[in-house]
Amino acid sequence: MFLINCPYCGERDQSEFSCGGEAHIERPKQPTELSDDQWAEYLFMRKNVKGIQFERWNHIHGCRKWFNVARDTSNDKIHAVYKMGERPPIK
Amino acid sequence: MKNKYSIFSLIKNAFSGHENWQRTWSDATPKKEYDAIIIGGGGHGLATAYYLAKKHKMNNIAVVEKGWIGGGNTGRNTTIIRSNYLWDASAGLYDHALKIWEGLSQELNYNVMFSQRGVMNLAHNLQDVRDLKRRTHANRLNGIDAVWLNTEEVKKFCPIINTSPNIRYPVLGGTLQKRAGTARHDAVAWGYARGADQMGVDIIQNCEVKGIKRIGDKIEGIETTKGFIKTNKIGVVAAGHSSVIANMVGMRLPLESKPLQALVSEPVKPIIDTVVMSNAVHAYVSQSDKGELVIGAGTDSYISYTQKGSHNVVEETLRAILELYPIFSRMKMLRQWGGIVDICPDASPIISKTQIKGLYFNCGWGTGGFKATPGSGDLFAHTIANDEPHKLNSSFNLNRFVSGDLVDEHGAAAVAH
Repeated sequence: MFLINCPYCGERDQSEFSCGGEAHIERPKQPTELSDDQWAEYLFMRKNVKGIQFERWNHIHGCRKWFNVARDTSNDKIHAVYKMGERPPIK
Repeated sequence: MKNKYSIFSLIKNAFSGHENWQRTWSDATPKKEYDAIIIGGGGHGLATAYYLAKKHKMNNIAVVEKGWIGGGNTGRNTTIIRSNYLWDASAGLYDHALKIWEGLSQELNYNVMFSQRGVMNLAHNLQDVRDLKRRTHANRLNGIDAVWLNTEEVKKFCPIINTSPNIRYPVLGGTLQKRAGTARHDAVAWGYARGADQMGVDIIQNCEVKGIKRIGDKIEGIETTKGFIKTNKIGVVAAGHSSVIANMVGMRLPLESKPLQALVSEPVKPIIDTVVMSNAVHAYVSQSDKGELVIGAGTDSYISYTQKGSHNVVEETLRAILELYPIFSRMKMLRQWGGIVDICPDASPIISKTQIKGLYFNCGWGTGGFKATPGSGDLFAHTIANDEPHKLNSSFNLNRFVSGDLVDEHGAAAVAH
């Protein structure tokens, strides 16, 4: 349980948001040329990091916009919030 | 078996004021080398070690645990045991475990307090009714006991449920598995630890794995907080931390680790003598032998390793509990906690070899691993000892995410995630 600083609405309770999981997973550019292994990597395999994770959130009970968050999964502290399409501002 | 527990040992120790009981298992320090090492001293890991020693005669093995035995999800779950899963592969897996549960206290000479008090799953809408009836038929075709109960029969089986048609999600019926029930979760870990220890397995607590050494695709050993330990076979049974171990060898797993919460009430006199689960409104409840109501909540929607969980998740569960059981409205909740569960995309576990020789994973049990503890240990031990899966866990390999041959048990998992 924590607060998330929505880039469009400001700080709100986490329960207003929906988590979209790991960020920066790019949809394959040429899906027809992918092997089964590459499909499995894209669809199912996740870093599931213990530490700083880059993830997508949707302000589902607010502005309904998507954005990215850098959060430490070992203590739920948020280190950065940045918009879709942007690169992570921290390592 | 040395130090066998019996009525005679109880009487003998009573005469000396119960001050001469032996340690249940010895506190081992790591040897230089083992034939196999199990990472994770929870129920599944200890059961794996127990069956490796007992059935496959591998006695030079160790279990390494970063905390204490059974301090993870084994001691944090709601102790429900059942096998009413939909698909043939799951039915085989979970019923294998249930059959071992039925004789486990005798086998381990340790009372795991297995109580076949029945598990009832409620239906609250027409789709629930269809799904649960289908699952009942599937169960019976697989030789698993399951019956459909209509609303009156639900009320008769558990009279404190509010079956009024006027509540928000009325009870339209339910399924009942009578062989299902609960067990004492700590006793399971302690019983397996004692059994494994007596066959020579080293149980090494407070020993965190920091790295896995390999040369090429061959395992060489593990780096731990107690130094380097050499081995050629590693069985990883690290539940929520499986991905952390996998990352040590550059592997990714199809897992997401999330907090799952449970809570217990103040102890009261016997009021509910079965386990009632409701998938749709997300509330499940049973009563412990101490008299506490044991209530399971859902998972958080985000990855976290914090073992806490969000307050709103607990609130949602308790709202549903109060509507289904108005009699609990003035009860006080005593404790709340979270465990980190590793969830697979198809809500089924992974008991599998990997591309690295000598590295095996038993993970992905998600919200429902406790019920499978004995079966999981037995089958994982078989997989490690023979370097081949048993036919009961052959469907639960890592390759199913490549082949697409998933075992979708989201319906039977009964916990929203």
